[in-house]
Amino acid sequence: MKRLWSRLSVLLLFTMPLLLTGCGERYFVLNSAGPVARVERNLIYTSIALTLIVVIPVIVLMFYIIHRFRDKPGNDAPYEPQWSENKTLEIVWWGIPIVIIGILGTLTVRDTFRLVRPPANVTGKPLTVQVTSLNWKWLFQYPEQNIATVNYCAIPTNRPVRFILTSNAPMNSFWVPQLGGQEYTMPGMAMRLWLQADHPGKYFGSGANFSGRGYAHMKFNVVAKPEGGFQQWVNQVKSSAPALTVSGYHDLTKDSVMKETAYSSFPPGSFERIVRQEGGMYMKHKLTEATD
Amino acid sequence: MPVDIKNFLTHFFVTGYPLIYGADASIILATVAILFVLTYFKKWKWLWTEWLTTVDHKKIGIMYLIAALLMMFRGGVDAILMRTQLMLPNMHFLGPQHYNEIFTTHGTLMILFVAMPFIFALFNIVVPLQIGARDVAFPYLNAISFWLFFFAALLLNLSFVIGGSPDAGWSSYPPLAGAEFDKGPGENYYLLSLQITGIGSMATGINFLVTILKMRAPGLTLMRLPLFTWSVVGACILIIVSFPALTAALALLLIDRVAGAHFFTMLAGGMPMMYVNLFWIWGHPEVYIVVLPAFGVFSEVVATFSKKRIFGYTSMVASIMVITVISYFVWVHHFFTMGAGPGVNSFFALATMAIAIPTGVKVFNWLFTMYRGRIRITAPMLWTLGFIPNFAIGGATGVLLAVAPADYQYHNSYFLIAHFHQVLIGGTIYGMLAGMYYWWPKMFGHRLSEGLAKHAFWWFNLGFYICFMPQYALGLMGMTRRIYTYPKGLGWGPYNFIATVGAYMMAIGFVLIVANVVYSAFYGERDTTGDIWDARTLEWSLPSPAPHYNFAVIPHVDRRDAWWVMKQERKEGKTTLDLQQEPIRPIHMPNNSGRPFILGVCFFTVGFGFAFSWYALVVLGFLAVAVLLLVRSFEYEDSHYIPVEEIKETEAAYGRL
Repeated sequence: MKRLWSRLSVLLLFTMPLLLTGCGERYFVLNSAGPVARVERNLIYTSIALTLIVVIPVIVLMFYIIHRFRDKPGNDAPYEPQWSENKTLEIVWWGIPIVIIGILGTLTVRDTFRLVRPPANVTGKPLTVQVTSLNWKWLFQYPEQNIATVNYCAIPTNRPVRFILTSNAPMNSFWVPQLGGQEYTMPGMAMRLWLQADHPGKYFGSGANFSGRGYAHMKFNVVAKPEGGFQQWVNQVKSSAPALTVSGYHDLTKDSVMKETAYSSFPPGSFERIVRQEGGMYMKHKLTEATD
Repeated sequence: MPVDIKNFLTHFFVTGYPLIYGADASIILATVAILFVLTYFKKWKWLWTEWLTTVDHKKIGIMYLIAALLMMFRGGVDAILMRTQLMLPNMHFLGPQHYNEIFTTHGTLMILFVAMPFIFALFNIVVPLQIGARDVAFPYLNAISFWLFFFAALLLNLSFVIGGSPDAGWSSYPPLAGAEFDKGPGENYYLLSLQITGIGSMATGINFLVTILKMRAPGLTLMRLPLFTWSVVGACILIIVSFPALTAALALLLIDRVAGAHFFTMLAGGMPMMYVNLFWIWGHPEVYIVVLPAFGVFSEVVATFSKKRIFGYTSMVASIMVITVISYFVWVHHFFTMGAGPGVNSFFALATMAIAIPTGVKVFNWLFTMYRGRIRITAPMLWTLGFIPNFAIGGATGVLLAVAPADYQYHNSYFLIAHFHQVLIGGTIYGMLAGMYYWWPKMFGHRLSEGLAKHAFWWFNLGFYICFMPQYALGLMGMTRRIYTYPKGLGWGPYNFIATVGAYMMAIGFVLIVANVVYSAFYGERDTTGDIWDARTLEWSLPSPAPHYNFAVIPHVDRRDAWWVMKQERKEGKTTLDLQQEPIRPIHMPNNSGRPFILGVCFFTVGFGFAFSWYALVVLGFLAVAVLLLVRSFEYEDSHYIPVEEIKETEAAYGRL
């Protein structure tokens, strides 16, 4: 028994730092910087607390029972080989998980519906960013500003951002943990993800669904700036960056890994064209719904 | 050499990686060594008549077990290579392409060629003995199932030296796995080998469901069935209903790839989402297919080594059946982030969470089986006890993942990786190992060394936590699955380093398990009683290993834990425990046949032909299959009777007459 305990404490030693450092700023998921991520983080904490109601007693009970009912000489614990039914006990452990799942389920349904709408406390008009995953880079197009970027994306703070996502290569998944969650990018389809940043900063983003050889390098930063700074950045890109031409876009679609780049303009309607050419022509309703 | 032949050869054989040349060399050396040993010791005839043509479920079970352990070695080496590559940021041990191939084969092998044969090994070894049957319902089909699995595994393994391994992940989503983005034969190998082993699995599911429903000993009603057998019922139902979805998905994707169709590419109106749906309609029940039998093993082991009846038998059966049913309603949780509406996501989130309820009930019932028992901590029990905290944590993180909005953050991250390894290793692999240690004496007539088993357990179990606990943290830090490298400065390095150390520890654990198998074959304690653990169910009423006809006389059952009850009654002097209550009669047994093996070879040929689009080979293979089926249909004498004298002789040799 002593050996078991010493081994258990070694185990705890290894897991404790993980639990204790949960608030470090490198824990992107827990270090939320926007209302969407906050909803998700709160749900994560609540669900951890609820599941611990079962996990901790199970583990404690297990060690107690092993200790108490070990088959060794002189153990005077009761031995009842025929005792195998107890209605009350069974009702308890059918009941407790049902209650826990009931509570968690209710919260889950509430937040699932909440997150398809733009974040609450909207202070400004939503900004639309059209995102395309290519092999192996991210293309961001700003239809209202008529600028485009590759592998980074600037957004204004305190303003909901409507990301419209597609792919012209294998599926990928657009994930910015600190701003909240991910959504797949799929060829021929346009998906939607609402995100919002509370304060300026650089937020880590990456492709989360495997898409071939260069996939590990599909990382990008989302740079949040105050409204004024954002406008300034737009103007700067407009005045200094080259334009994205049709042949320039064609080059982007080739397999390659790229650095951060910006473009002062892009061919009008190019996002819609990507969606349509990749098969969107077979699902028109989806395209209009997501790009309206 | 003409240029085109040279081109062909360099494409046919995988070249350019030192690791693969090493593998080539070791494959050739191992093959030569096996051929030499078989020839030197004149074992060819023995191999053919005793093993390759056998229809005895016990031998088929042993072959499944050996194959599962071999494949676990291969999948484990893959895991070690991956963990080594991820040990430090910006490592240059494996290139991206090689890494992609390794994680794809790792996942595919571990699920379909380790977990599946491992559970089938125990189905075969245990079920007929537990229900007092002399064989399975369809012994010939059982042999076919095994050889289809075996040659499918061979086909998948061949890919890494001939033609190139699949590299689109074990779930192989199109369009990445389609012909446009994935040219070589690797992906074809994947589709064909899964398809072939799938046929075998389907047949096994049908075979064992029929066996359990129709071949139980008299008096063994369903509510007296041992829980392992109950868990097999659940797994078989799941196999029968879910595998057709995989068959459809793989067949359509193969047609896309080799015939240029567009079922799963948007370009001609196809739909990749349809593949994802079909894959997980099979894929999620699949994880319960492999974990339910593990639950069954734990139930047997806990009762035996607590010397107590299983607690809440009725609830245990109910929870197996509830899991069986609900597991069909959860598959969408694999793609909450693919744009399904909130209504759909809510439904599948709730269904997924609901599975935690019966699973939790089982854990409490195991704990209360031990409560007021007398716990002996033997090797099988150690794996069972190791499983409980594992599954409590793994199950809890499963519930966390089921929370759809939170899953937007966990999905495709290392948090998910940690979760499913915790339940698949901590559940299925621990369960299968517990079962292996538990039934080893029944298979081979000796037990495995307890000392070595304990060392193996502690290396593996501690290694497991050290490997996977940091991965939960990595997931929350934003590390995504399937990346072959990561930059410095994100803080992922230290946790990955720790995880790799844990993986090496697990590897040591595995080596100790194999060492135990070898050591105990020579020095392991022999089992002369047939009931070395003082166990409770019918298989322990037989000598170890059981004679090929299993029961000389079929026992009558009138209680749960039939064998335990018989032993108790004998102790109290109520009966003399004479199993031979009835006269011995000649026993009807199926004949051995070489055709299942040859059928495996034919399907292998078909698969190999398809992988390279060599249709002559495909046609040839299918023709041979047709001929074999035809020959079988004209076979009128496929069984024989064992005469009474022979049975009496065998029983007398065991000292039972």
